[in-house]
Amino acid sequence: MDISAFLLFWAAVFTSNILLTNFLGMCSYLSVSKEVESSLGLGVAVTFVLVFTTALNWLAHHYILVPLNIVYLEYIVFIIVIAAFVQLLELIVERYAPALYYTLGIFLPLITVNCAIFGVSLFMVIRNYNFLQSIAFGAGSGLGWLLAILMLAGIRAKLKEKLIPAGLQGVGISLIVTGIMALAFVGFSGVAPIQ
Amino acid sequence: MTKKDVFLNGAFRENSVWKQILGICSTLAVTNLMLNSLIMGLGLTFALALSSFTISLIRNYTPRSVRMIAQTLIIAAYVIIVDIVLKAQLPEISKQLGPYVGLIITNCILMGRAEAFASKYPPIDSLVDGIGAGAGYTLVLMLISFFRELFGFGTLFGVQVLGGWWTDWSIMAMAPSAFFLLALLIWIINKKYYKVG
Repeated sequence: MDISAFLLFWAAVFTSNILLTNFLGMCSYLSVSKEVESSLGLGVAVTFVLVFTTALNWLAHHYILVPLNIVYLEYIVFIIVIAAFVQLLELIVERYAPALYYTLGIFLPLITVNCAIFGVSLFMVIRNYNFLQSIAFGAGSGLGWLLAILMLAGIRAKLKEKLIPAGLQGVGISLIVTGIMALAFVGFSGVAPIQ
Repeated sequence: MTKKDVFLNGAFRENSVWKQILGICSTLAVTNLMLNSLIMGLGLTFALALSSFTISLIRNYTPRSVRMIAQTLIIAAYVIIVDIVLKAQLPEISKQLGPYVGLIITNCILMGRAEAFASKYPPIDSLVDGIGAGAGYTLVLMLISFFRELFGFGTLFGVQVLGGWWTDWSIMAMAPSAFFLLALLIWIINKKYYKVG
C-alpha cells in the first residue's frame, strides 16, 4: 500500500470512516450513544486501545505469525492480544489513575467485544500496511469512530423531544440518522481514496 | 420447550438482528450482493450452531471466571474453519467478504447465544438454537441484499433481472442505503409483527 501515513490518518477519519463506511463497532455505537458524555468516554477509550492494539498486532503478525508460518492462527492471536491489552490497561488505570478509571474504566470491558478494534487489525493485514501506516490507520479509525458516535449522541439528544413513530423509536431512528450521516460522508470519498 | 419452539424462537420471535439488535456490522456490510450474503449467513450459522453445541457440552466444567475467554476461543476455532474452507473453495467470495468472515468472532450474536442459551441448556437444544438464530440472521441478510442488489446492480445472485431500461441506483450499492433499509425493516417488523404503535 503506497500511501503516506499522514494521508492515511485523515482518510481513516473521513473518507473511509470505520463506522460509516465499514459498519464496524455498530453494537456499542447504537447502545451507548444515548448520552453525549458516555459517548465521548467510550470514543476516547476506543481510540486509545485501537492505536496500541493495531501496533501490537502488527508486531505479532510480522514477527511471530509470518516467520513461524502460522498465519491461520491470526484470529486467535489478535483476539488474545486485544483481550490481554484491555485487561492490562484496566488494571493499570485502576491502580494509578482512579479518577480516570471511574470515567473510562466502565467502558473498557465493552471494548474487547467492539468489532472495530478487531476489524482494524484485520484490515491492516489485508491491506498490507507498514508499521507507521498501521498506527496512523488505528488512530484515524478511532478518531473517526469517536466523531461518528459523538454526532449521533448529539442528534439523539435533540430527537428526544421530537415526535417519532413508535415502531421507529430507538434503534430505527438512530439507523436513519446514521444513514444520513453516511450519505454526508460519501461526499468526502474522492478526497483521499484508500481502497 | 420443544426443539421446534427453540428453532422458531431463535429465527423469528427473538430474532438476533431485528429484535435484539445484534450482529449489525456484518448485516450491513456484506448485503450489497445476495450471493455474498448467503455465504456469510451459512458461514455464521455453521460457526454459531457448532460453537453453541461445544460450549453447551463443556458448560458444567467451565469455571465462571474463564467462561468468556473459553467461549471466545471456541468460537474463534470454528470461524477459522469457515475462513479456511472459504479461502480454499470460494477464493473470489472470500476476498470480497474480506475481514467480515474473521469478524464473525466478535459478532455479538455468537456471544449472545452462548451466554443466553448454550451455557444453560443441553447440547442438542443449543445446536437447534444456534441453527435457528443463524437462520434468522440469514433471513435478514437475504431480505436486505435482495433490495440492494436488485436496485444497485439490476441483478439477483449475479443474474441480470432488470433489463437495459434500468439505470443502476448506485447509492444502493453504497453504505448509506444499508442503514436506511435496515431501519425500514425494523420499522415494518415492529409495526406488523410486534404490533408496536
